[in-house]
Amino acid sequence: MKIGLFIPCYVDQFYPQVGIATLQLLEKLGLEVNYPLNQTCCGQPMANSGFEYKGENLIKMFEENFQKYQYVIGPSGSCVMHLKEQLSHVKSHLADGVFEICEFLTDILNVKELPSEFPYRVGVHSSCHGLRGLRLATPSELNENPSDKPGTLLKMIKGIQLVDLNRKDECCGFGGTFAVSEEAVSVKMGTDRIRDHELNGAEVITGTDMSCLMHLDGLLKRQKKNIRVMHITEILNGNNEVK
Amino acid sequence: MVSHAKNAEKFTKDLEKVDWHDATLWGARSKRDLAAKSIPEWESLRTLASQIKENVLANLDEYLLEFEKNALLNGAEVFWAKDGEEHNKIVGDLLVKHNINNLVKSKSILTEECHLNQYLEDLGYDVVDTDLGERIIQFAKQPPSHIVTPAIHVKKEEIGELFHQYIGTEKGATDPQYLTEAARGHLREKFLNAEAAITGVNFAIAENGGFVVCTNEGNADMGANLAPIQIACMGIEKLIPKAEHLGVFLRLLARSATGQSITNYTSHFFTPKKNGKLYIVMVDNGRTEQLGREDFRNSLKCIRCGACMNTCPVYRKSGGYSYGYTIPGPIGSVLAPGRDDHEYASLPFASSLCGSCTNVCPVKIDLHDQLYKWRQQIVKNGNVDQSKKWSMQMATYIFEHPKLFRFMGKTARLFMRLSPRFLIYNSLNKWGKSRELPDSPKQSFRDWYINHKIR
Amino acid sequence: MSSREEILEKIKKNKPVGAILPVIPDFPGDGEELEKIFEKSLIKNSGNLISTNSINDIHEYINKNYSPAQKICSLIKGIEGNVDIEKIADPHELKDLDLVILKGEFGVAENAAIWLSENTMGFRVLPFITQHLIMVLSKKDLVENMHLAYKKINLKNVGFGVFIAGPSKTADIEQNLVIGAHGSRSLTVFLMN
Ligand code: SF4
Repeated sequence: MKIGLFIPCYVDQFYPQVGIATLQLLEKLGLEVNYPLNQTCCGQPMANSGFEYKGENLIKMFEENFQKYQYVIGPSGSCVMHLKEQLSHVKSHLADGVFEICEFLTDILNVKELPSEFPYRVGVHSSCHGLRGLRLATPSELNENPSDKPGTLLKMIKGIQLVDLNRKDECCGFGGTFAVSEEAVSVKMGTDRIRDHELNGAEVITGTDMSCLMHLDGLLKRQKKNIRVMHITEILNGNNEVK
Repeated sequence: MVSHAKNAEKFTKDLEKVDWHDATLWGARSKRDLAAKSIPEWESLRTLASQIKENVLANLDEYLLEFEKNALLNGAEVFWAKDGEEHNKIVGDLLVKHNINNLVKSKSILTEECHLNQYLEDLGYDVVDTDLGERIIQFAKQPPSHIVTPAIHVKKEEIGELFHQYIGTEKGATDPQYLTEAARGHLREKFLNAEAAITGVNFAIAENGGFVVCTNEGNADMGANLAPIQIACMGIEKLIPKAEHLGVFLRLLARSATGQSITNYTSHFFTPKKNGKLYIVMVDNGRTEQLGREDFRNSLKCIRCGACMNTCPVYRKSGGYSYGYTIPGPIGSVLAPGRDDHEYASLPFASSLCGSCTNVCPVKIDLHDQLYKWRQQIVKNGNVDQSKKWSMQMATYIFEHPKLFRFMGKTARLFMRLSPRFLIYNSLNKWGKSRELPDSPKQSFRDWYINHKIR
Repeated sequence: MSSREEILEKIKKNKPVGAILPVIPDFPGDGEELEKIFEKSLIKNSGNLISTNSINDIHEYINKNYSPAQKICSLIKGIEGNVDIEKIADPHELKDLDLVILKGEFGVAENAAIWLSENTMGFRVLPFITQHLIMVLSKKDLVENMHLAYKKINLKNVGFGVFIAGPSKTADIEQNLVIGAHGSRSLTVFLMN
């Protein structure tokens, strides 16, 4: 199995620990993983702002970077969703090979246990693109058999206490450039999400997208709350130091 | 040009009100979830409803003709209006022709869209909206802020004050029971005196020329079944082929809207009442154009249940008026640019694209995808400011050049690490107004990878 | 070109192709007793249900809850009111009715909707204008859901028909449920064996 590691641009620059956790986690599971050095951005920020056409070259670059891999795995539901869509537009074989890390672990690797420990009360933030776009879990709106891939993985972690939320999959208001162009609503949405986690006793908020967590973390720090954010790969990989 | 962001910012200032608005509509969404989950075939019903509407759109001209033919056979008179202006004129002329002095109206978003009330008031009519929520906002001289619960943004204290002023309730009274009772008395008078009643239409049935109106209050029936003249106003997309299709739509509509299994009154009108007249006005007002937009025609499937509003976190936290269009929320943001993509250019951007709207929509309109597509369209048509264009241009250029990207990243991180706070957190940095920026690590993931895995 | 032609022309030009109508299944339920489902639905809609075998129970109920001074109109054989619908020329004369008693043609268990057509109401406004409404429904006339309901309704020669599922209600003031907005303030259903 040849695996290419896709690390979103902002994770590369601001959250290297998430890239490291993703890589280590996959290696622990016995996989050979490579990180192509010339990757930048999937093009989603431009596309969501109405400039999808500007992403054409970026998709080409992505294809070049990853063409020799059977699977491409990234720690972001949002970027992966965008890649899947764009790659299928250009009819690339990679469209079926790109996976968000959690779905790869549950669906392809069939992971049944993880040796990690994380003795904290954890609230899961279900990022929308992973949830409703990739169906990492059953969205609360639908009358379908419930499934929950990130939850399934987190439940394998020793000592973890997952907290129930009042609104289990409401958007945090990050939304890419929305976070800035609709600053007031974005901040209100994020603040309300935090309140839900706080009311239900979460010590750590985790999720599949660092972008949402960056937004929540920005609010948590400004509001001086004693709640930390961690990407799900950090917990799954056994990074149990809560900073 | 409507700026949703600016309007929304204003709305979010009154925290107590926003939280109330948000919680109330979330309540409606929660009830909808319970109702949807009580029906095992819920998702199949949504698919069926969507398919029926698909068929309607593909044969709309034929269904309209079939409906017209059958409505005429039923003894109704049918009018076609190409826009709001013509619609208003038709209604106004009918009122003049029949020497109407008193008229009552039940809820119709179409007449809101056409600004019928204003038109009739200019002609000297006292238009009496009889849906309680509509009466409230009529007293307040405001448009609806939600298509199902038009006065959702008004607090009971404000309603008490309006009722005191207009129908003489006790000053300071806010008890909903008391206020509703007062409105009942006030509006009974109006119903009994009305010579004409205007209603909306939820569904018009091609095969038999009948139409269905759903209410909980019974106001459409009190109006239409008492007044000699009945005028029903409908958008041309309200057609359904057969009566049996009502089974599908009625199971979905109220459950999606409020979580009720059905509205308490679901009235089917076919013929004029004894000694009465029945007029039906079918309105285009931009619908045929929307039909021609491949990416957006699905929006014509809408049955106006309001579920996409209730679930939309942006709507809940920014209020109906922030959209500046008759129909707010996700569906409004899809319809409005079809009317004027310059005026309403900001609406498709008033969404985090979370996709919850698409999941609740009973007719499976791909709302968030349409918002995304409108964004592309709006940029293409040049309805986006220059600064945004440049920044996107610049970002793309940087991302297309990995070396430059790495250099920029490193420089930015260095800048963020070393700069004093005021240089980073100032009025130019909208992100930082209420949020901290992420810490800036010394090395990127790539740097780490090269150090640990390659060297 | 008239607006009619213009609209039809534009539709022809702009409409998508194809899309056949789906077949609508009946979606039968899991066999729970229809009466029980109906009762639950009716209570949710703020209506009252009284199950009975005898028309006397209806008499008793009316005698207990209404005085002879009140205006009562019954369209059911065996239950007498004091307002004769035959003598009414204009529906506006119905404005002071306190109670109307009607026979429901059939009821839908999933939502407690009861079908009435103009033929069984005399005046269209009758079930709305009254202060209170009683409907009498036979247990054998219950169907499970709306799909079966529309199979059952005969819409030919019906000028007006309505599903009534509860009393008139509103939640337009801060979402507080208030019963008795414009139409009847209560709905009592007698479900007869
Ligand atoms: S778009 Fe869908 S959810 Fe929104 S009002 Fe229309 S039918 Fe309801």
